[in-house]
Amino acid sequence: MVAHNMLSPEAIQEEIIQEFQFLEGDREAMLHYLIEIGEKLPPLEDIHKTEQNRIPGCMSTVWLTYKQQDNRLFFEADSNTSITKGLISLLLRVLSGQRIEAILATNLYFVEKIGMHQLIGSQRSSGFANMVKQIRMVAMAH
Amino acid sequence: MITSTPQSIIWNPQEIRRQFPSLQQRVYRDKPLVYLDNAATTQKPQVVLDALTHYYQYNNANVHRAMHILADRATEALENARKAVQKFINAREAEEIIFTSGTTSSINLVASTYGQAFIQPGDEVIISHMEHHANIVPWQMVCQSRGAQLKVIPINDRGELVIPAFENLLSAKTKLVAISYVSSNLGTINPIQEIIAKAHAIGAVVLVDAAQAAPHLPIDVQSLGCDFLAFSAHKAYGPTGVGILYGKRALLEQMPPYQGGGEMIKEVTLSSSTYNDIPYKFEAGTPNIADIIGFRAALDFIWNLGWSIINKHEKELTSYTQHLLGEIDRIRLIGTATDKVGIVSFTVDKMHHLDVGMLLDAQGIAVRTGHGCAQPLMQRLGVEGIVRVSLAVYNTFEEIDYLATTLSNIICKN
Repeated sequence: MVAHNMLSPEAIQEEIIQEFQFLEGDREAMLHYLIEIGEKLPPLEDIHKTEQNRIPGCMSTVWLTYKQQDNRLFFEADSNTSITKGLISLLLRVLSGQRIEAILATNLYFVEKIGMHQLIGSQRSSGFANMVKQIRMVAMAH
Repeated sequence: MITSTPQSIIWNPQEIRRQFPSLQQRVYRDKPLVYLDNAATTQKPQVVLDALTHYYQYNNANVHRAMHILADRATEALENARKAVQKFINAREAEEIIFTSGTTSSINLVASTYGQAFIQPGDEVIISHMEHHANIVPWQMVCQSRGAQLKVIPINDRGELVIPAFENLLSAKTKLVAISYVSSNLGTINPIQEIIAKAHAIGAVVLVDAAQAAPHLPIDVQSLGCDFLAFSAHKAYGPTGVGILYGKRALLEQMPPYQGGGEMIKEVTLSSSTYNDIPYKFEAGTPNIADIIGFRAALDFIWNLGWSIINKHEKELTSYTQHLLGEIDRIRLIGTATDKVGIVSFTVDKMHHLDVGMLLDAQGIAVRTGHGCAQPLMQRLGVEGIVRVSLAVYNTFEEIDYLATTLSNIICKN
């Protein structure tokens, strides 16, 4: 949990956009990519999978927890579905470990650029928005 | 009940499919749409779309009120639709057919009127473990407000009702039995006639949730003897927003009205009102005229195909689907009753149903994933959710081949 040489949220978003460009909008490839990166997401310990850590309004179950180190927030999250784990992985890659001010100031433009809404549909998009909201609320509380 | 044999159409799935514009489309970069979510709602044939357009183009007016030509056409078309529904389920009279907004609304109507008026503290209402939330929650609400008890018929591991257990639940306290004709998640066809006879023997009233039966089976309310029967137009090739409630005249006449407003009254003064005769007593406000008329066209579509052809095709396709999917590694079929309609549900070992659904969708295959509006059933089955493949008359064996191949590939990769 160190933040040395951490890229800015913008630089990470650019990386993600580039990675998705390689997939050329192929739906199946994008979903498999999400599953692949989701598999690499470190699993959350069961002790953190509590009702309190559960993000409301998601179709699948998502738990989010965090730790503060100096003025940075480090998030950990998990889900019971593979595709959602991939979405979490993208979100945490951009925001976890960033300074609190950066988390609050970041415009998550990569979401639109990679066509996430078209990929995951309106119901899951609203679940994703709830994850973002939860992260921002944590940041605002610190 | 429609029992005629088809006059002109020889079975040709491609010919049937051509009548459904939505099935002609390609999705996600030129993949043919394989629509297998018919238990949620069916696609609509051209005749239904034409009926809707024709109504709005030429006959749009409010019904049962004005004296002008359009009002007359609209009223006649709506009342003809009522007669078509009467014939569809072989009700004794058209007045026993009430238009609602859907099965849910039909069940709530009975729960709120019959239930509130006639269910007394200490009475019992029987439902089953396989019911849709729409046939659970209204009864929970009635039981709660009337101080009655809700009893539940258990199911076995194949997804069939345990009839001896039902017999044990029946008693002098049983006021009403609310039961699905066909399970929306398992496809099981329940022995509804037997259930009705047993319930009637102890004096209970029976409501049949026929939402999943109406598109697949000929229904004859007189031969069944049920007291109420509810279904939706949109699951039987008709438009959304139209539900049917059949009720025996004697019961409907005893029941208090559901909602107050125009149409349902005879006379209104500022101090009190008298109510209209059935069915209008239960149809407050402007009905969903266009969609009701559209549903009549859907009934004509079913009529023209004929049940013998629909049943034969769907039966063969269901067995084929069940067989093919059952052979795929890591798939566990959910609902293996001997008597079932075209619903094949399953879980995949080590894969979440939402992931399976999304990966199928990426290949243009539309299925339902989740708890299927039946959380108590999922709890009984010990699963969080399922993948449900549900068939309609326009589905083909080639589509099921494509589903099975795609599913095998997805499971292999995950």
